[in-house]
Amino acid sequence: MNKEFLNVIVADDNENTLIFFKNIFKELKISIKVQCFNSGISLMKYLNNEEAVIPEIVFMRYEIPEKNSVEWIEEIRDNQKFNNMVIAIYSESIPENEVEDIFVKGGNVYIKKPEAFDQLKKVLTEVITINWQYHTSGLNKENFILKV
Amino acid sequence: MYVKFDFNTLCKKVLDEKLKEHGLKYRLLNFGEVEFYEPLTQEQHHLFKTHLGEYGIEIIESQKTALVQKIKDAIVELVFSEEIIPVKASIYISEKLNHSYGYLSNLFSEVAFTSIENFIILQKIEHAKVLIIRNKQSLTEIAHKLNYSSVAHLSTQFKNTTGITPSQFQKILGKRRRAQNTAINHKMQYE
Repeated sequence: MNKEFLNVIVADDNENTLIFFKNIFKELKISIKVQCFNSGISLMKYLNNEEAVIPEIVFMRYEIPEKNSVEWIEEIRDNQKFNNMVIAIYSESIPENEVEDIFVKGGNVYIKKPEAFDQLKKVLTEVITINWQYHTSGLNKENFILKV
Repeated sequence: MYVKFDFNTLCKKVLDEKLKEHGLKYRLLNFGEVEFYEPLTQEQHHLFKTHLGEYGIEIIESQKTALVQKIKDAIVELVFSEEIIPVKASIYISEKLNHSYGYLSNLFSEVAFTSIENFIILQKIEHAKVLIIRNKQSLTEIAHKLNYSSVAHLSTQFKNTTGITPSQFQKILGKRRRAQNTAINHKMQYE
């Protein structure tokens, strides 16, 4: 596929993190259209809307309130219209078995979120770049698993 | 049941049928290259483009993008070939496309946002994943097939690319598949 830009969604209840993500995306060579949501419920409400632009990748904070993020993953993966959407979950720290569960339930990327802005930028750049390759080279997203 | 695709035949066949459906006069050249005997009108171009889009086929508009696509195709051919091709990737690509490797390499990085080297690694690891899931060959055999000097070399590159080891990958995909099967059985029981 030959796309001009990536559609990206970030879901986090922390306003500062959303700003960090947006600023980082602005500086990347790959053009990004970003949309932000403050909760899982508002994210799902948007995605389930018939007219929603389904993004190439969704970033979601693991500790997002209201529901366990693994349950959100299951809900997304239950709907075939999201088959091509990559799910990236981030957290400052979670146990290994829970990381595995994210992948088993259909998550594609787990990011151990660094505190420093520079490090976060490095990690997000890596994720976006690899995601771009999956989208532009027809790679099988079912086999896309990345832990950074 | 698993099926094996011959992408070359499959894509050619789809393209051939679609071109005929649109009543266009054409000739298929190399992989992914079509020559028209008469120029397409804007409307024909638009209709054909929309129709192909439904099959995940996209018309490449610029020369640069077309060349990068050819490099990608050459890499996929190299990595997924049944026989080991005994030349260096750089020589293979540059001879196949008839340009210097330096030129192709710069162009690729500019358009694809990654280097040819990294793209080859990514494709090799993707191939390794397919073979791991198919579960017909040991990791040693897979390493050999993909031209790695050892299992350790493959495992290290796998871990560097994906963040997990080949055996973790196998475990995760196995669990996923079992969960999906359970869900399907469950659904069948209640329908």
